[in-house]
Amino acid sequence: MMNLLTKLVGWIDERFPLVSMWKEHVSEYYAPKNFNFWYFFGSLAMLLLVIQIVSGIFLTMNYKPDALFAFNSVEYIMRDVQWGWLLRYIHSTGASMFFVVIYLHMFRGIMYGSYRKPRELLWIIGMIIYLALMGEAFMGYLLPWGQMSFWGAQVIVNLFSSVPFIGHDLAILIRGDFVVSDITLNRFFALHVVAIPLILVLIVIAHLVALHEVGSNNPDGIEIKKHKDANGKPLDGIPFHPYYTVKDGVGVMGFLIVFCAIVFFAPDMGGYFLEYNNFVPANPMKTPEHIAPVWYFTPYYAILRAVPPLFGSQFPGVVAMGIATVAFFFLPWLDRGKVKSIRYRGPLYKAFLASFVVSFVGLGWLGLMPSTPTYTVFSQILAVVYFAFFLLMPWYTKIDKCKPEPDRVTFK
Amino acid sequence: MSENVDNNKRRLLIAASAAAGGVAAAGAGAPFVLSLMPSERAKAAGAPIEVDVSGIEPGAMMSVEWQGKPVWIVHRTQEMLDILTKHDAELADPTSEVPQQPEYCNNPTRSIKPEFLVVLGVCTHLGCSPTFRPEVAPADLGANWAGGWFCPCHGSRFDLAARVFKGVPAPTNLIIPPHKYLSDTRLMIGDDSKGKA
Amino acid sequence: MKIIKKLCAVALLVAMPAVAIASGAAVHLDAAPVNLQDTASLQRGAKLFTSRCLACHSAVSMRYNRLGDIGMSEEQIKVDLQLPEDVKVGSTMLATMDANSAKLAFGVTPPDLSVISRSRSADWLYSYLRGFHIDSTRPSGWNNTVFPGVAMPHVMADLQGEQELESHEGHGAGKLVLKTPGSLTPVAYDAAVADLTNFLVFMGEPAKMVRYQLGWIVLGFLSLMFLLVYALKKEIWKDIH
Repeated sequence: MMNLLTKLVGWIDERFPLVSMWKEHVSEYYAPKNFNFWYFFGSLAMLLLVIQIVSGIFLTMNYKPDALFAFNSVEYIMRDVQWGWLLRYIHSTGASMFFVVIYLHMFRGIMYGSYRKPRELLWIIGMIIYLALMGEAFMGYLLPWGQMSFWGAQVIVNLFSSVPFIGHDLAILIRGDFVVSDITLNRFFALHVVAIPLILVLIVIAHLVALHEVGSNNPDGIEIKKHKDANGKPLDGIPFHPYYTVKDGVGVMGFLIVFCAIVFFAPDMGGYFLEYNNFVPANPMKTPEHIAPVWYFTPYYAILRAVPPLFGSQFPGVVAMGIATVAFFFLPWLDRGKVKSIRYRGPLYKAFLASFVVSFVGLGWLGLMPSTPTYTVFSQILAVVYFAFFLLMPWYTKIDKCKPEPDRVTFK
Repeated sequence: MSENVDNNKRRLLIAASAAAGGVAAAGAGAPFVLSLMPSERAKAAGAPIEVDVSGIEPGAMMSVEWQGKPVWIVHRTQEMLDILTKHDAELADPTSEVPQQPEYCNNPTRSIKPEFLVVLGVCTHLGCSPTFRPEVAPADLGANWAGGWFCPCHGSRFDLAARVFKGVPAPTNLIIPPHKYLSDTRLMIGDDSKGKA
Repeated sequence: MKIIKKLCAVALLVAMPAVAIASGAAVHLDAAPVNLQDTASLQRGAKLFTSRCLACHSAVSMRYNRLGDIGMSEEQIKVDLQLPEDVKVGSTMLATMDANSAKLAFGVTPPDLSVISRSRSADWLYSYLRGFHIDSTRPSGWNNTVFPGVAMPHVMADLQGEQELESHEGHGAGKLVLKTPGSLTPVAYDAAVADLTNFLVFMGEPAKMVRYQLGWIVLGFLSLMFLLVYALKKEIWKDIH
């Protein structure tokens, strides 16, 4: 039996670099031994990509991308398709959890300076994944064809129409119609189930290739490749398999417990994962009283609303929102700190990072609320804090009092 | 590597984790596979149907839909029934040995009541729907044709008890679906349970 | 600083209408006594639903035979719910009145009720169905404290009787007073509405109880597996110093 397997692997290996790929990316990929729980979120994001693709494929088998049937086809999945409710809740919970995991993964990168040289491109590829994911989520949200699907899409697409000169035509190009309609639904479906997932998978592979080229950062923010043994293996590195496969296994189990608790006991998540108004079929004649995007977009939505219109145009808000999203791309060059990790940064950086977290969470909350004058002022203050984190970074990272980095990673 | 590694414990934990992982994978996979089975809508569409057979003229056929497939009900005349006994030698399975019918239709007429044949109109060769040709000896089917079904796809021939002739592609007789009479003229197709429907 | 003040002023103007809407939407809702395990209540609710609501409203995603989940046999579904001859137990719940005639009669198409409990909430339905009162200014003669200006007349007035809204000047919403009693006592009417609400909640997601039951099994298994994998990790990581 064992012999046969070895033969099979040998046969394949003569024709495909199976063993060497396994060694390079798994069994002999040396990762720093001092990863903490923050390093779970990368593998969890990967798990979620698989969950979303698999559950998505099965949903596609029963969903109808047609304005007349879309809403009822979702309820058909929820009731008539055997276990359809579970597939749908897995997919809807997965969408939100994907963003939870991605935000934590990004925060980890910021905290430990994982975007710094030589990982700039790794970070940028990651940011492209994030943008693609936002597009994927936005288009997917139209598919249930409820009131929030419809009006959310209507509002977001209309943001493009505020672009000077070409805006109006651009919005029509995106919708394929003068309002969000069956045509829009159909093309969003195509993009959501084929185009963007394909792109996502490809750039995730690129992300991993880039990671394995430069090697993982770690909570100390120092390079383990500086100290190697006689065989050229990093002294503070350990093979990914079995050490991080079992450790990520623990992370996966912990995550699955949370995930299943939501799927089975609170798939609505109090109206944040599945909005109540989205159980009303889309009605182009009637806007719901209060529309808010799904929670993972609300920080940017709050920034959009915080910027007052200029000459009656929403464009400045749209630009601010766009900058808020792409600002992350520039982190590798904004950061002038002598150290990478928060562990050895000075109080100034810590204060700015903490206030950034407060602003991000605060804006996220404000984006869910109806806009009132008080809330708008809060949004404006927090938006200033948000941008200050990026704009002032070259200054505060440079003058900050850093502690000396250790020579070797801290373990235990 | 450390000296005091308990290899037995390790092996046990790996085996137990792998087993638990297998159970988890099977448990997670089951709903996905089961979602491929007929949905409630498909089941409702495939539910037993009631048919009134009193309106079928002697010698005529009525086609109804059950589970998305054609079901034929033929009102056979006495002449038609008489012919059935005369060409056993030309049939592939004259006595319906192959269980293509419920037990209660395993008889020479392949029906509950001799005059009414209820049969699934799907060719046992590749699933086409054969054409009803009740006339005797038409020009295109030859002098031996005594009425029955002719499949346009690959030329399979069936007699008026939906039995297949020898030498045609179809391997077996046509299927008799489960059915029962609710009254003299009301027929239920798709359900043959005893007791009240 | 000046700029910020200006910004605030602009934002205030922009936000004003939103505030007005937000403050107008606050209606007191009574807590609905929902219990999805009470099959007797759910069955009573199903009867009320099919006899009172299905005349104008549909529930296109709900099949009659799904009532098997609340303990109704096919025979019960046919007899107790007085299914018309041409309606099969596997059919979905369609309205007796077609949508166009309903729109002509009421001015709006009565919404499909399949997932009404998920968009409106149980408390809203429970309060709404008890909030009808006589209002001669309305075309139907009825108004509702929870849904002011509602197009639907009170279809259970024979059960509840007729309420009137006693206004309290400058005191916000008035108080509902039963002027003409119906065939049910107020307590019995509330119980009937509770049954109906219970049923609407069930109909909003028929698989809910299965979801809860399965959830405990899944979480139990995952917790045990977590301990196992954690033990494995501890064991393997003994190598690392």
